[in-house]
Amino acid sequence: MSDTPSAAHPAHLAHHFDTVEQQRESSSLGMWVFLAQEVMFFGGLFLAYLVYRSSYPAAFAEASHHLDVVLGGINTVILIASSLTMALAVYYAQTGKRNLLVLFLLATMLLGLAFLGIKAVEYHHKYVDKLIPGVAFSYPGPNAQHAQLFFSLYFAMTGMHALHMIIGFGLLIWLVNDARKGRFTPEYHSHIEIFGLYWHFVDIVWIFLFPLLYLIGLHDAAGGGH
Amino acid sequence: MSVHVVPLRVYFVIFTSLMILTAVTVAVAYLDLGPLNTILALSIAVTKAALVILYFMHVRYSPSLTKLVVAGSFLWLFILLSITMSDYLSRGW
Amino acid sequence: MSTFTAPTVPVETREHYLNADYGVRSWLLTVDHKRIALLYLASITLFFFLGGFFAVLIRLELLTPQGDMVQSETYNKMFTMHGIIMIIFFLIPAIPAVLGNFLVPLMVGATDLAFPRINLLSWYIYILGGIISLTSIVVGGVDTGWTFYTPYSSTYSNSYVITAGLGIFVAGFSSILTGLNFIVTIHKMRAPGLTWFRLPLFIWAHYATALIQMLATPVLAITIVLLALERGFHIGIFDPALGGDPVLFQHLFWFYSHPAVYIMILPGMGIISELISCFSRKYVFGYHFIAFSSLGIAVLGFLVWGHHLFVSGQSAYAGLIFSVLSFLVAIPSAIKVFNWTATLYKGSISYQAPMLYAFGFIGLFAIGGLTGLFLAALGLDVHVHDTYFVVAHFHYIMVGGTVMAYLGGMHFWWPKITGRMYPEGWARFSALVIFLGFNLTFLPQFVLGYLGMPRRYHAYPPEFQVLNVMSTAGASILGVGYLIPMIYFFWSLKYGALAGPNPWGATGLEWRTSSPPPTENFKQTPVVTEEPYEYSIREIKVV
Repeated sequence: MSDTPSAAHPAHLAHHFDTVEQQRESSSLGMWVFLAQEVMFFGGLFLAYLVYRSSYPAAFAEASHHLDVVLGGINTVILIASSLTMALAVYYAQTGKRNLLVLFLLATMLLGLAFLGIKAVEYHHKYVDKLIPGVAFSYPGPNAQHAQLFFSLYFAMTGMHALHMIIGFGLLIWLVNDARKGRFTPEYHSHIEIFGLYWHFVDIVWIFLFPLLYLIGLHDAAGGGH
Repeated sequence: MSVHVVPLRVYFVIFTSLMILTAVTVAVAYLDLGPLNTILALSIAVTKAALVILYFMHVRYSPSLTKLVVAGSFLWLFILLSITMSDYLSRGW
Repeated sequence: MSTFTAPTVPVETREHYLNADYGVRSWLLTVDHKRIALLYLASITLFFFLGGFFAVLIRLELLTPQGDMVQSETYNKMFTMHGIIMIIFFLIPAIPAVLGNFLVPLMVGATDLAFPRINLLSWYIYILGGIISLTSIVVGGVDTGWTFYTPYSSTYSNSYVITAGLGIFVAGFSSILTGLNFIVTIHKMRAPGLTWFRLPLFIWAHYATALIQMLATPVLAITIVLLALERGFHIGIFDPALGGDPVLFQHLFWFYSHPAVYIMILPGMGIISELISCFSRKYVFGYHFIAFSSLGIAVLGFLVWGHHLFVSGQSAYAGLIFSVLSFLVAIPSAIKVFNWTATLYKGSISYQAPMLYAFGFIGLFAIGGLTGLFLAALGLDVHVHDTYFVVAHFHYIMVGGTVMAYLGGMHFWWPKITGRMYPEGWARFSALVIFLGFNLTFLPQFVLGYLGMPRRYHAYPPEFQVLNVMSTAGASILGVGYLIPMIYFFWSLKYGALAGPNPWGATGLEWRTSSPPPTENFKQTPVVTEEPYEYSIREIKVV
């Protein structure tokens, strides 16, 4: 078994794989299996949400009105756009356009940062309004306890989502760096592809979080009291 | 064996669809449709997720094993949610 | 039958994975799955004896009816730590991370697992989780029981719940990464000709286990996060006073912890299939049934968690469904037992230590599994829930089952791992000591539980003392039984007879390479042309 790279054994082929194809399929399957695990991880939060929203529908609807639909909506658009830029990054990796790959990875980072920035603004608003669960929680309405459950789930779910985005952002820094060095070619760009899968997953979580947290009973929202 | 390269046009069509669906879901939320509100919101979310999965994540062009993993993960989520809810929904019976 | 000839090339001059490189760095930075398996072996053995130490304390306290050795809060910490260490840091990882890591690539004819660096990472994560959990012990311990039920764990306990929870959370990622590696390896790295139905049943078992690890462990992770949030911020998610439901915690917790018991037993069942066939010199009867029953157990195992919630306030209707499903999940396990028995029929049986452990497994697992049916019956469970009946049931499965299988597997593959044979006489002796000690420890506990002695109590009515003394006596014998292999395994590393590639004359790709194997496992990628377990068809030479 020779150690020098050759056409049959390119440098990026790890020694325990027989072919580049096997390596690529393995990393892809590995990421998909990891995402299956992530579905179950967020699933526990969705379960808690489901249990308490079905138990306290009115309180949840009312508490939800304290969230900013505009900011949430903008964030949804931003995140879906970042999925587009990520898909384009993969496209340009596949077609060997290094500069465009880097551009769209950077665009994804920028959009991700914007998302996190808006989330920070929203969290700050909640802090000012004393809607962060815990000792300082002060809710101006009936069912304060059940509203606190809503906000607990809001922070747990969006917080866990934001944590995943931060991790993704960190990985993007690494990927941009590698991409700029020309490490990715049409034959070998696994990391870009599988990171794309992760990023899209995080987008999908938000696609569910947005309506479930922000869009409950909005037809009653006018006036703020019920 | 080469990886399937999705044409750029497809990505833009999907993105546009996702934007439209987002607008729809926000707009519909302001209408009073009773229980249909939640059903619609979730249906739209599922559709959006499906578009991301099939096209952005290339599952439409992926091997069956990938499709099985995707289906399996949602099935398992469904098991967690439905059987637990069967307890809560029948507590009062 | 167990004569073996020494290999012609002395082990010391041949290069293999143990002498390929020396030094601490070559071990701590290894990506060789075989070395990582040994790293795990060392750590889980330490945790086993630590967990055993807590068991000793428990059994000592229970020698007398009064709670006179320690205070009740301390006793609560003792059984909690025993449970956490034994389950999370021994039973869940033991077979997959030691034998699985070592053997999966060999059995599929690969050079390594799909992701060798992730494999090493999973060991470091395990160690980190272990350190955090040990810290929680050192700073004062946890007293909630390993099940961490709310609202005690979230609101009232004054012990180090979050620290212990963090240790378990971290260790969970080790389990997830191991499972991920196995799934991808088994799908993508099988040798030419190795179709799914030519795989050893050990592989099927680990595949099913890996599926459970991937799908169940994350739910435990998020549960611990929620528990920590509740405990830290009193958000109310499990607190009835704030509108929360403590039973929601139990749903989330047991959604993982029930499938977790199948993580603990399935790999053991995989080992038993290998042992039974080798030491009967026969193909495994009903190979497809055993393969599919492994998957069946994995799937059905996710549908039964509510049988832990029968008396918790869960609705009677949900209880009914869970009870029926819990009866169903016994079926694939029973199918395995029937198939192993049929494998033995008209086999040429020999009684080396691995086979003794396999026999022990079948009998003890049968008892443990059947008593599970008692617990699955809702009405009966109301009577024995939280009694020693439950304790006996799960120890029959986890110790009488998993630990026996683990020891059987360690003996069977010891020559492959180390290139040395263990001393057969001592091995048989300790297998018997373990079997006797085990039964003396746990059989009385079925009676105790049925008569009403609750679990997790450090004091009990005097009429239960005789059975408790029997149980403690059994535990001391069991402890001795576990120490003996420790001694002779170490002894064998220097003085054990040298082993050739196939001292048992077994089928399986791992026996086609030298003992110990070279770092790359096979000098040439094997090509598989035979069905598995072809003992009867041809004479397989002991080499």
